[in-house]
Formats: sequence, C-alpha cells, structure tokens
Amino acid sequence: MASVAVERPAERGVGVKRVGSRGVLLLVVLGVLWGVWEGFRAIGIHYGLTRPFTVDATSMPHIHDMFKALFERPNAEGPLLIVTLLEAAAFTAKEAALGFAMGSVGGFAIGALLAHSRMLQRGFLPYVVASQTVPILAIAPMVVIWFTNPNSTFHVTAWVAVAILASYLTFFPVAIATLRGLQATDHRAVELMRSYAANRWTVLWKLRFPTALPYLFSALKISATASIVGAIIGESPTSIAGGLGGAILNFAQFYSFQPQNLWATNIVAAALGIAFFLVVVGAERLVLRHAPENVA
Amino acid sequence: MSVVEIQGVSKEFKGGTVALQDIDLQIEQGEFVSLIGPSGCGKSTLLRVIGDLIEPSRGAVTVNGKSARQARQDHDYGIVFQDAVLYNWRTVAKNVALPLELAGWSRERRQARVEEMLDLVELRGFADHHPWQLSGGMQQRVSIARALSFDPALLLMDEPFGALDEMTRERMNAELLRIWEASKSTVVFVTHSIAEAVFLSTRIVVMSVRPGRISKVIPVDLAQPRGTATREEPRFFELATEVREALHLGGHVEVPA
Repeated sequence: MASVAVERPAERGVGVKRVGSRGVLLLVVLGVLWGVWEGFRAIGIHYGLTRPFTVDATSMPHIHDMFKALFERPNAEGPLLIVTLLEAAAFTAKEAALGFAMGSVGGFAIGALLAHSRMLQRGFLPYVVASQTVPILAIAPMVVIWFTNPNSTFHVTAWVAVAILASYLTFFPVAIATLRGLQATDHRAVELMRSYAANRWTVLWKLRFPTALPYLFSALKISATASIVGAIIGESPTSIAGGLGGAILNFAQFYSFQPQNLWATNIVAAALGIAFFLVVVGAERLVLRHAPENVA
Repeated sequence: MSVVEIQGVSKEFKGGTVALQDIDLQIEQGEFVSLIGPSGCGKSTLLRVIGDLIEPSRGAVTVNGKSARQARQDHDYGIVFQDAVLYNWRTVAKNVALPLELAGWSRERRQARVEEMLDLVELRGFADHHPWQLSGGMQQRVSIARALSFDPALLLMDEPFGALDEMTRERMNAELLRIWEASKSTVVFVTHSIAEAVFLSTRIVVMSVRPGRISKVIPVDLAQPRGTATREEPRFFELATEVREALHLGGHVEVPA
C-alpha cells in the first residue's frame, strides 16, 4: 500500500524563520505600545487633560525614565536599582516556585479525587470554587498564625508561609483542569480499556492522565503567573521586605517623588511572570511533542 | 464447543427501548459472521453483549465456554471500533503493544509480537510513527493489529471500515480476509454494507429493527480464498439480492445501500 505523506508541522529552517518573524512582531508591538504611551502623555500634558486622570510627569513617567531608573541608585550609597530588584525577584521567585509546586500537586490531587467520584464532586466542588472568592489577604493572617508560630511543633519560616499563600491561588485552575481533563476521554477509548478488563488505576494512568495533560498544561500556564501574584501579595501580611512585594510597597510610598522606581519594579515583576510562563510552555512542548495538535 | 453461544438474549435500555429481543445465535470456531441491519436494529449492542461491554437484560452469553465476563477478563477477544481509537501520544508500536502491556508481557516478548503484527497488517516501518501521521486506512490496520496482538480466539468488529472511502474499504476487506485466514480467528463483524457482508462472511445474520431481532441467517457459500473476481461472480449477486430482500422483509425502515 502506498505510504502516506508524513506531515511535519514545520521543517527546521521554517521554524527558525518563524521564531525570527515572531521576534520582529514582538518588537513592533512593543514599539506601538511605547508610542501610544508617550503620545497620550504628550497630548495629555499639552492640553492639560484631567480625564480619565490628570496627566503629568508623576502619573505617567517617560518609559525611558523607567528603564533608566533601573541603572540608577535610589539611595546615594545603595546599590543600583536593578541589583536590588533582581535580588528581590529571586526571593519572590523562590516563594512563587514552591507555591506553584505545592498548588499544582494539591490541585491535581483535588481534581483527581473529584473526578474519581461524582458524589465527592457534587459535595466539594462548590467549596473549591468558593475558596477563590475569599481574598488571599483575608487568609494570610491565619496562615501566618498557624504555620509560623515558633512554639508550634510544625512551623515554617516566613517565606514558606508566603509560598503557602501563593499555592492558594495556583491550586484552583489546576484542580478544575484536572477534573475536566480526566473526564474528557473518548468513551470508546474507555470501552477499549474495559475490553482488556483494565482496572481503575490502569485506566487512570494509561488513558485518563495522558488525555488530561493538555488541559493540565493550560492550567499550569495560568497558575505559573498566578503564583507570582500570590507571592507578591503574600509578602505584605507576612512582613517580608526582601521580595518584590516589599519593593512595591516601599516605592509606592515614595511614588510622588520617584514614580519611575515603582514602574521599574512593575517591569521586573512582569518579566518574572513571563519567565515562569515560558518555563511551563517549554515543559509543555517537551511533554506533548508527540501530539502536536494537543499543544495550544 | 462453539466460540460464541447466545441464548434468549434480550436487552432493554432505560426508558423502555427494546434493543434486542430473544436472540439465539451460535458461532463456531473459524467462522466469519456478519451482523447486518438498519440503524437501530441492535447489531452493535449485540456485539457489545458478546464482549461483556453491555449487560443483557435477559438470556445468557458464553464465549469459549465461559461466561462473557470471564472471557473478557481472560482476554479472549479483541475488538475493533469504527474509529481506530488509537492513543495519540503513543507510537504505532506502543499502540499495538497496549493490550500486551496490560497483560504483563515482558518487553522482549512485546517487541517481538509487535513486529510480527505489523508485518501481518503490512505496516512494517511505521512502528515509530504516531497515529496522526497515518491515513485512516492505516490507522484502522493498526487497530486490527492491536486487537489481534494477544492472539484472541475471537475478533469483534464494529463497522470497522464504515468511515473509509469505497476504494480503501474494498482493499481493507481483502486484507481482512487475508488476516483472518492467517490468524485462524473467529470474527463477528457488524456492517451496514451488503456487499461487504457478502464478500467477507461465511454466514450473514440479518437483523430487523424495533425490536432488534434476527430475521434471517444466510450461509455464504462463495469459494475461498476470495478476491476481486469474487465480487463479479453471479453467486455474489444472488447472495446480495437475498440479503437485500431479507432486509426489506425485516423492516419497514429504509434499507441501506
């Protein structure tokens, strides 16, 4: 029988070209955004706009000033801002990474448990959903009091408490995606497993889990960025000053004098979020490389 | 001993639909039996009852002299669906090896058997491909290789070529006959197509709709091995006509082409 043409999504050369044109597109978009910001700023200052907010040098610093601020010293005898921010980012990344890991594992466990039994799903899913309506700032004091009291048999350092708070934001998307993914199997694929008299565990690991992987990765991408947000927010109720959350609070206080410092901090925080996201995308490419149509 | 023995089987679904009523059927070793009938006559349900994927409301099914459940647990049959139902994340070789894996075969034995099976379905050289790299016909051959990999006594096929174009379908029919002869298995084959049923079968079970019953059993006495010429024999047309008339008598529903 004649063999069928094997379709490869992209030859290597084409792939490089695509990456290149993507880079150009990225730069063009950045340039346009830059132009919109500076353009609005110029018009706003020229005409004295007060809507939607008063446009002046404080509310909208120059973008080049934000980047310039990275390489200046906020305090005469202190280090460069970028050094401070990178140290803070590394600290926050540590909290976020642990939170992401705990949240993902926990979310997967919850999703798998709920997928296992319709009764559990009916009983507990509403609470899983409701958990996300409680703001992280409201549970932070409890986490701090429960887990950081040195008199308790089990207690953790403050940054681990932040990780616990970050995991609170990350487990949810993973739990929901796991639940959906594990139930997304084609009924004939399940019938096939039944014809082999496969037990529940075999069906889970050989069929349901691989089917759920694309769903799982979509959720992990959301969780990766959420873990950064969770870590940054979690740093203030746990009184951690060394992370990006501390830097944001600090520079927010001095915003009217040096607005560019807060903006520079935001840029670093965004870059950290993007880095986390890209790590998950890389893992997804690696794990799902044999089923390209499953990669979103 | 019959490979399949069905006695007084009825199946009612929730809501009162009678899918099968009083089915009696015996299938002997080495037979190729087609179940044909209009949509809703319960032929796929009957196939699933044999495979213990659906439980009958009444009656008894034995496979290889055991209860259908025991036969399923003993891996006594392989099944092929209308869609190939391959696992996309596995290579062709690993798809074929899936039932062997579940049955606890060693890696070496699995590898040897997979090679053998891919030879049988003429897909040597495609072991490391993924299902989405194959055409529909090739995918279905992988699925047949998977169903036969553990050497089951019985092969259940649920409209396996229904989704293929006519040309590919005829070629697959010829291949299936070759595989059937080589593997000496017993086949139960569900189809909509009269030509397919006549070409493949040693016996055709014509079913009628509402309720699903066996309206006629037609032995097919075409000589073996069969080939392209078989489809042009006068006897082929006589048998096709006989099946068509049986389908007309069986139901007031539209008759498939």
